[in-house]
Amino acid sequence: MSDDAVFRALADPSRRQLLDWLHRKNGQSLNELCRGLEMTRQAVAKHLAILEEANLVSVQRHGRKKLHFINPVPINEIAERWIGKFERPRLSALSDLKRKLEGEDQ
Amino acid sequence: MTSTPTTAFVYVTYIRTTPEKLWSALTDADFMRRYWFDTHIETDWKAGSPWRLVYPDGRLADAGEIVETEPPRRLVLTWRNEWKPDLKAEGYARCAFDIEAVPGAARLTVTHRMERPDSKLIEAVSGGWPRILSNLKSLLETGEIVLKVKE
Repeated sequence: MSDDAVFRALADPSRRQLLDWLHRKNGQSLNELCRGLEMTRQAVAKHLAILEEANLVSVQRHGRKKLHFINPVPINEIAERWIGKFERPRLSALSDLKRKLEGEDQ
Repeated sequence: MTSTPTTAFVYVTYIRTTPEKLWSALTDADFMRRYWFDTHIETDWKAGSPWRLVYPDGRLADAGEIVETEPPRRLVLTWRNEWKPDLKAEGYARCAFDIEAVPGAARLTVTHRMERPDSKLIEAVSGGWPRILSNLKSLLETGEIVLKVKE
């Protein structure tokens, strides 16, 4: 799985929104995803196919339904490769500070 | 028709190796210590046998039973946390490892599923699996791991 495919997939705001949506509730069907988002069914299906191609989403059959799961492994690999080795402690301190300053408690 | 509410996570990684090598990496205690933050699983890997995930100091982390074993393709375990009371109280989850040969690589899918909504165990393992699998991938592909210490 190439980093290029992951970066390309992440470069689109609608696809990031889809990932956020799956992060909130994992294992959703296409219908469920369409209900929560202001996108056409075709657009959601197209974005899901690109996310699946990049291995960011995996699909499992559950009876007659196809459920979509967010797959955090490629993002973790990118994080480890580009940030993890040296910078993690400093960066997590910085993002903690940013969250505190911005008053976001999650 | 209502389905049982479940909490599940699915992890997929493509590793440049063979299904056989990946299978041994998943089931060899010494190799496991190198990518699983010094913990290892004790078991004979036979269906029906117990397994225990043990910390380097000997404490028990998780445990369960081997449900299904089909080298080098499929391994299914029941899985319970053994040291955090609230997680242990959730009972047994199910963890399946599926290995599939793809051109030039092996595709590993780890599915961790608990038959209850909002499982804390599944939330807890969700943080761990991506790191463990990234380490496993690096170790098999390059002979080195990315993360030496569990955060």
